[in-house]
Amino acid sequence: MNVEVRLFAYFREGREKKQIITLAEGTEISNVLDMLNIKEEEVSILLLNGRDGPSDRKLKNGDIVALFPPVGGG
Amino acid sequence: MYGYMGKVLRVNLSKRKIESEALDLKVAQKYLGSRGLGVKTLIDEVNPKVDPLSPDNKFIIAAGALTGAPVPTSGRYMVITKSPLTGGIAIANSGGKWGADFKATGHDMIIFEGKADKPVYLSIEDDRVEIRDAAHVWGKTSEETTEILQNEIKDSKVLCIGPAGENLSLISAVINDVDRAAGRGGVGAVMGSKNLKAVVVKGTNKINVFDEERVKNVSSQKIKILREDPVAGQGLPSYGTAILVNIINENGVFPVKNYQEAYTDNADLISGETLTEKYLVRKNACFRCPIACGRVVKLADGSIVGGPEYETIWSFGADCGIFDYNAINEANMLCNEFGLDTISAGATIAAAMELYQRGYIKDEEIEGDGLSLNWGDSKAITGWVKKMGLKEGFGAKLALGSYRLAESYGAPEISMTVKKQELPAYDPRGIQGHGINYAVNNRGGCHIKGYMINPEILGYPEKLDRLALEGKPAYTKVFHDLTAVIDSIGLCLFTTFGLGLHDYVEMYNAVCGDIYNDETLLEAGERIWNLEKLFNLEAGISSSEDKLPKRLLEEPIPGGPSKGHVHHLNELLPEYYAARGWNKEGIPTEETLKRLGLEEYIKYSRLAQA
Repeated sequence: MNVEVRLFAYFREGREKKQIITLAEGTEISNVLDMLNIKEEEVSILLLNGRDGPSDRKLKNGDIVALFPPVGGG
Repeated sequence: MYGYMGKVLRVNLSKRKIESEALDLKVAQKYLGSRGLGVKTLIDEVNPKVDPLSPDNKFIIAAGALTGAPVPTSGRYMVITKSPLTGGIAIANSGGKWGADFKATGHDMIIFEGKADKPVYLSIEDDRVEIRDAAHVWGKTSEETTEILQNEIKDSKVLCIGPAGENLSLISAVINDVDRAAGRGGVGAVMGSKNLKAVVVKGTNKINVFDEERVKNVSSQKIKILREDPVAGQGLPSYGTAILVNIINENGVFPVKNYQEAYTDNADLISGETLTEKYLVRKNACFRCPIACGRVVKLADGSIVGGPEYETIWSFGADCGIFDYNAINEANMLCNEFGLDTISAGATIAAAMELYQRGYIKDEEIEGDGLSLNWGDSKAITGWVKKMGLKEGFGAKLALGSYRLAESYGAPEISMTVKKQELPAYDPRGIQGHGINYAVNNRGGCHIKGYMINPEILGYPEKLDRLALEGKPAYTKVFHDLTAVIDSIGLCLFTTFGLGLHDYVEMYNAVCGDIYNDETLLEAGERIWNLEKLFNLEAGISSSEDKLPKRLLEEPIPGGPSKGHVHHLNELLPEYYAARGWNKEGIPTEETLKRLGLEEYIKYSRLAQA
């Protein structure tokens, strides 16, 4: 299955800001974090198709994962 | 007297009379200062029913108890008046350096009354206060005005209006330090209506603090917290508020084309990351601020100017279907020069574009201006900003804001406003608590006086499900009260990335004396919110105005990650009123007003119920 991963702010340093990754069925978001060498505690907003939540959510074909370090404004 | 300077300036522009009055310390402490003290003064001295652009309205500028004090982010001041845009309370806040310099003149507040017979400005050099002729700066931009007046009073700081305020635009702002704005509510027009062009300050007074050693310790402890906080210490300094573009868009709540859509594939073209990479020259900090979220950017012609905030990038960008940073940066600069509120100015152009899209505005109406109202036309936004500021051609209609514009075509539902003030850059259909904040906000469509984006999107101080309804009204109420506290003591709301209620208690008490605890300080915020509500009720804004545009309640978001959602205001509103201790009609009860020490204002509650 294919999943799109989008990175923001300084997660982009030394990484692709947007990429399609081919993964085995049953892969969790936490496995993607490992592949990208991003520690879970560095992630502040972890969106799966626009919904924030934990990293043990299972991925399916066509999902979009968006990762943000702690950032904010107003 | 600690924290406060003890003096209030009363300037009657009609009589050209200046009086220095003693600050009532008990009242100042009860209402904290700045926003709270200003609202208390306004409701005591101005009939809420007055015409906001008549000499009977007053224009108040107030510093907080901590403004100018040696604690972090103490550069804030507040403008308080009756809003010509909403007809209710206007409370517009700004940073920069002017607020701290004003306090250094030895004053806590200025009350402007009446109307000058010709353009004037006020100069305050400590106790030397003068009303001076301003004919030579009338019609000038904020940058020109600042330069000319700083030549007349060396090393001073300048607060002024641009041509938009002079021309009584209902979405005009007050500008200080060239590119900082007390933006919302049309406050610039109130200065314009009084022929008051500027207030120039230069001060040498020091603030007397209650416990110097404690102030030093508390302050360095809070600075440390802010420096170590990942948002206040790293995210905001690196990217500014523009970082929100991608966050809000990825959540599917980034309004596009006047809230017709809530997601775009083009967001990265106008993101914080792109601003930082391609346009940022340097960052900029307000007085005593360790965060430094301000941006300085380079325009297409090479000039270096103050950069846009997130809200501005959205209003002139996605809301107008524009993804061109050069145009957005220029529109932002022009708003500062002409003295326009960037949120309302961009959102009003967006509403005009939808009115044009739907055939309400005809080509012949805008032909003479040589500008289009097509989505995505970069040249149009900068052109319309100038015409709005000068009230030229069709720009004169835009200068009144989107509500009056859309209403004039019989289509007020096209205006994305609450209480006639333009909504900012978050679609509440996918952020339920923030929708409550919009609907009940005393100053109309506003994000900042109860920024539910913090818990619902950013996870501060904890993560809440943005689509959930349960508990949101009570949560929003606490945010409203806490924000009233932070505004009124004179600090920046961005300290909430890191600091909590108790931190503000510690700072206030160290500077002003041991007056508050956590519970009583938050209650002071609640007192201020209730007083603002009473002003609105007496001004004729009933709680039936606590609503959202029809589109947000009835039309589901058409695509993107929040597809299919609407806002559930009807379910949430009764719970908000209950959390406030208000009756079902949204009127503060006598019991609540007594609990908050607002006995003398119960008459307004009774009148509203009559």
